[in-house]
Amino acid sequence: MVGSFFRSFNRNKVMLLMVLPGAIWFLFFSYLPLVGTIAAFKQYRFSRHGFWYSLVHSKNVGWANFKFLFSTDAAWSITRNTLLYNIAFIVLGLVFSVALAILLSELANKKLAKLYQTGMFLPYFLSWVIVGYFAFSFLSMDRGLLNHTLEYFGMDRMQWYNDPKVWPYILVLVYLWKSIGYSSVVYLASILGIDRSLYEAAMIDGASKMQQVRNITLPMLKPIIIIMTLLAVGKIFYADFGLFYQVPRDSGTLYSVTNVIDTYVYRGLKTTGEIGMSTAAGLYQSVVGFVLVMVSNYVVRKVDKDSALF
Amino acid sequence: MKKKRNFHQASPGWNIVFNLIAGIFAFLCVFPFVFVVIISFTEEKTLATDGYRIIPKAWSLDAYQYIFKTGDTLLRSYGVTILVTVIGTVVSLLLISLYAYAVSRRSFAYRRFFSLFAIFTMLFSGGMIPTYIVVTQLLGLKDSIWALILPLALNAFYIMILRTFYITGIPDAIIESGKIDGAGEFRIFSTIVLPLSLPGLATIGLFSTLGYWNDWFNALLYIDDPNKVPLQAMLMRIESSMQFIQQNSANGSISLEVLQSMPQDTARMAMVVLATVPIIFAYPFFQRYFVQGLTVGGVKE
Repeated sequence: MVGSFFRSFNRNKVMLLMVLPGAIWFLFFSYLPLVGTIAAFKQYRFSRHGFWYSLVHSKNVGWANFKFLFSTDAAWSITRNTLLYNIAFIVLGLVFSVALAILLSELANKKLAKLYQTGMFLPYFLSWVIVGYFAFSFLSMDRGLLNHTLEYFGMDRMQWYNDPKVWPYILVLVYLWKSIGYSSVVYLASILGIDRSLYEAAMIDGASKMQQVRNITLPMLKPIIIIMTLLAVGKIFYADFGLFYQVPRDSGTLYSVTNVIDTYVYRGLKTTGEIGMSTAAGLYQSVVGFVLVMVSNYVVRKVDKDSALF
Repeated sequence: MKKKRNFHQASPGWNIVFNLIAGIFAFLCVFPFVFVVIISFTEEKTLATDGYRIIPKAWSLDAYQYIFKTGDTLLRSYGVTILVTVIGTVVSLLLISLYAYAVSRRSFAYRRFFSLFAIFTMLFSGGMIPTYIVVTQLLGLKDSIWALILPLALNAFYIMILRTFYITGIPDAIIESGKIDGAGEFRIFSTIVLPLSLPGLATIGLFSTLGYWNDWFNALLYIDDPNKVPLQAMLMRIESSMQFIQQNSANGSISLEVLQSMPQDTARMAMVVLATVPIIFAYPFFQRYFVQGLTVGGVKE
């Protein structure tokens, strides 16, 4: 038994050497943090004696962190915000990027279409910090373009960074602005892959453009739409930290509509110092996220075996 | 030859409407950047009275002069970002290509185990705080450049993309012929596999270059030393310290000196421009590979 293991080890020595650096990385950056989730059940204290010492010697509190987390309003509001924003992103993102892909595929001048696409792709390459500055140039109270425009039309200035009402719209808009150009590429690629003879036949039968879209393009896109959507559903418990932290400029008055699980966890670490409760929130996110990924992968597998993640 | 008819084509009327919609959206995507460029070339005094304008009353190069005269912070951050991006991309390509190659080889007995070892990390993670604790307490990387490099070095998704690339792009026969000629695994990898998989490596390399250049999150978590703050994080810091000063300037605890040493509005926008310019120039090139990467990512074993 041991002998055969060593023989097999020996035969795979070089390959094992090749995965070694990566495996060590995964061990440190993925698997040891899993051990670290024990902190969710502790009253965690940083100790100068290091990782293991802090972990072992922090006081055990059982489920208290979770109990406390779910007894506060925070648990409810961060879960609600994360879910509602993601649902809006998934639905609107899908509608707009599919529409845009169809629209781009219909343009007569392919050079222009390429040019538009290059423009739309740009926001995807910028960091959230930069996008935050962009947003500020529009939304600044005394200098922003939007308030100038409002004044020009005789309306009052708005205190954008102090008004929670408008932020759900702003965040959704910024998200769509940044991501649509990118996601429409996926749909455009599959539209261009559709057999042209289908459209030819439809035109001979006298189908209008709209009928062609409804009866050929959309049905042919259905599998990829379903896959993309289910993959997004699997990640519905995760929020893009940058969008919710940089764009509202970490403004305290807006927390009621901008705080999501990820920003809550971060603030628990850096601002409020509630390590245990914050880890509990992170673990809650991981567990629910894991269940959702498994469920949506199961569904993907049912719909289209080849597109499943695993 | 008869011109092939294009059946993906709207009628002339709709074509105009579609062009308008696509054109306007494309414009809106580019406009904020152009606007920030304009602000950076606006004269500071005009800005104070007029605010940000698309066509300012007075133009000025002051912001850029200011940066190049007093811009140690900016230059240092530029340096940190370039260093982190270069080292990071190299390290991450090395780790990813080795790992992906091994798990792509049918002759590797433990390939299923190591594939799962990677994939599992996509499904379940400890989260931000346990990772923070490991990086700072176990690895002792607080305030180290490596805290900006290592956390982004590897991810399972890139490994899967490259593995698919190796499996579909490099026939077993070539590797076998290398073996017959007496080459070892590492030699085969470096002289046959790597050159053949250049498009795949370029895709992953660009993904990670972009990831490193745009990263601010790891700096937010791990870097307090002002000498090691990368570009994006520096822009973020200037912003929050400005806010801090504005909020606290009423109580007089902030000296006038500090206030004057802060970069002015136009200078900050000029910094944004300088941080973005490399991306703007590189991105048509990026775009091609990203589209390719999206397609490669969609292909399954």
